[in-house]
Amino acid sequence: MSTGRVIEDRSDRERRVERLTRAIFFACAAATVLITLGIVVTLLKDATVFFADPRVVVTDFLFGTEWKPTQLTGDGEYSFGMLPLLSGTLVITVLSGLIALPTGLAAAIYLSEYASTRVRSVLKPALEILAGIPTIVYGYFALVYITPFLRTIGFPVGTFNALSASIVVGVMIIPMVSSISEDALSSVPDDLRNAAYGLGSTKFDTSTKVVVPAALSGIFSSFVLALSRAIGETMAVTVAAGQTPRLLSITNLDQNIYQSSETITAAMVNVAQAEGGGGTPAFYSMFALGLVLFALTFTLNIGAEFMRRRLREEYQ
Amino acid sequence: MSTDTIGDSLTESSGQLYRRLRERLFEGGLLVATVMGIAMLAVLLAYVTVDAFSLLDPEYGSWVDWQFLTNLPSRTPTEAGFLAPIVGSVFILIVMIFAVFPIGIGAAIFLEEYASDNRITQLIQINIANLAGVPSVVYGLLGLAVFVRGMGLPSGIVLVGGLTVGLLVLPIVMVSAQEALRSVPESRRQASYGMGASHWQTLKNVVLPEAMPGILTGAILALARAIGETAPLIMIGAATSVFSVPTGLFDTVTAMPLQIFNWHSRPQPEFRHGVVAAGVVTLLAVMLIMNAMAIYLRNRYESDEL
Repeated sequence: MSTGRVIEDRSDRERRVERLTRAIFFACAAATVLITLGIVVTLLKDATVFFADPRVVVTDFLFGTEWKPTQLTGDGEYSFGMLPLLSGTLVITVLSGLIALPTGLAAAIYLSEYASTRVRSVLKPALEILAGIPTIVYGYFALVYITPFLRTIGFPVGTFNALSASIVVGVMIIPMVSSISEDALSSVPDDLRNAAYGLGSTKFDTSTKVVVPAALSGIFSSFVLALSRAIGETMAVTVAAGQTPRLLSITNLDQNIYQSSETITAAMVNVAQAEGGGGTPAFYSMFALGLVLFALTFTLNIGAEFMRRRLREEYQ
Repeated sequence: MSTDTIGDSLTESSGQLYRRLRERLFEGGLLVATVMGIAMLAVLLAYVTVDAFSLLDPEYGSWVDWQFLTNLPSRTPTEAGFLAPIVGSVFILIVMIFAVFPIGIGAAIFLEEYASDNRITQLIQINIANLAGVPSVVYGLLGLAVFVRGMGLPSGIVLVGGLTVGLLVLPIVMVSAQEALRSVPESRRQASYGMGASHWQTLKNVVLPEAMPGILTGAILALARAIGETAPLIMIGAATSVFSVPTGLFDTVTAMPLQIFNWHSRPQPEFRHGVVAAGVVTLLAVMLIMNAMAIYLRNRYESDEL
């Protein structure tokens, strides 16, 4: 009698512990979803405050060609046109992409198709280090070592310039391209390679005409993710590219590349440093910029994920 | 293709030579591309090390010395120190470990040990992948809006900094914890259930002890990543230079990368090539140590398994 009762009590307690622990772990998992919701809600809410300000016009923000978020005191001159910032982001993203996409893909082909296991086990972690260096350190490298070097070899670069910023951003996103592309290349079944060899193809032919095309959706996915990372990159471009909003001009592209410019992210950092207190339109403009940045990177990330899934379906 | 055929039909040997050359050039080119970024970083690291220790400039002693590590910031380059940001970074990490990491590990446990593979689980999983791709500066805005303006905490304090950067690295903690849990063989769980243990008892006594080294490894890697974050801290209003060492959760804080950001804009060359270089080398050294710890931990427990 009494033993049965003890067992019952124990299992009752156990059941309660079971329910409680499960609830706690579920709450943790739910909290991670709350972070995303929190990001979306805060960005929307404070961006709405920004656009609701009578001194701010939505179309001026989206299509205005001048970014001058000074506090509305003093001479009261201000302008919240984000196109120059978008230009700065675009220039640095394209230039860093020009560096990272071919390099990263080449590295992926080498690691997946050519490298021996031993070489791979050294090069792969070494490449990952490139993504592990803090971006402020990259910014410092660009400003203090790369810009003077560019000047010595004949580039007419200013102290702050988009080119050296793009170089370091390009280097830091190489691992993103190489590791995801390598996964895609390795997931191509060996049957395809063997078939190509059987037809008399060399390794070069097999790699470029069979394996790479077969892994194309995964490779594109890595490209998109890397570009998304470049768009969101903050400290390296703030330090190395400077703080001069500059509109993209096809006739004057040299200036966009060799002179100081400001990206969306750098503008946010600069406003945050100047307007810590809050309440001004400039302060709320950070959230509008943040919303643009989030929308851009989110779209690219989702697109990349979609492409990656397609690849997985093809070969699994 | 067409050039190949023409080459082949002309003479067999010249075609083969061309192909062999092309093979070699292609492989060489790939190798160069693979190594290029690494080589560039190596050169830059060599430069900054030379600057930090004044190896080519005997006029000054090494910029990294005991005084640098124990002094507060100063306008005079030779007296500028890194103590406040070092302690600040440590405080931020401590907040992350206690306030944010348990949530990430708990979420990983739910996904791996409790949840069935349904819509909600998939949603959470996709959400984590997306969080990992959100720019760090946006996390700064989140911290600013929620902790500072929403909850009314003072801007730029230890607590807010730790929470904000913690949210940023949460996906890293979570994904590595999931991998660690997944690597625990199912047979161990079945054995535990077979002994009459409950789900929680199995988790507490069998799964977690086994997965702990992997979880810790991921946590240390997340901390190493967090220690280099700058932008989110600027967004929450952290000062780039403070003149006191924080002693509590509500003290204003600066971190190593923030101090580097502050110093880099000083005009004197002693700052640019001396003090900042010393800061960079210190920060990288700390990160290196943390990564080495993580690798050591992983290797040690992996070899135990075998």
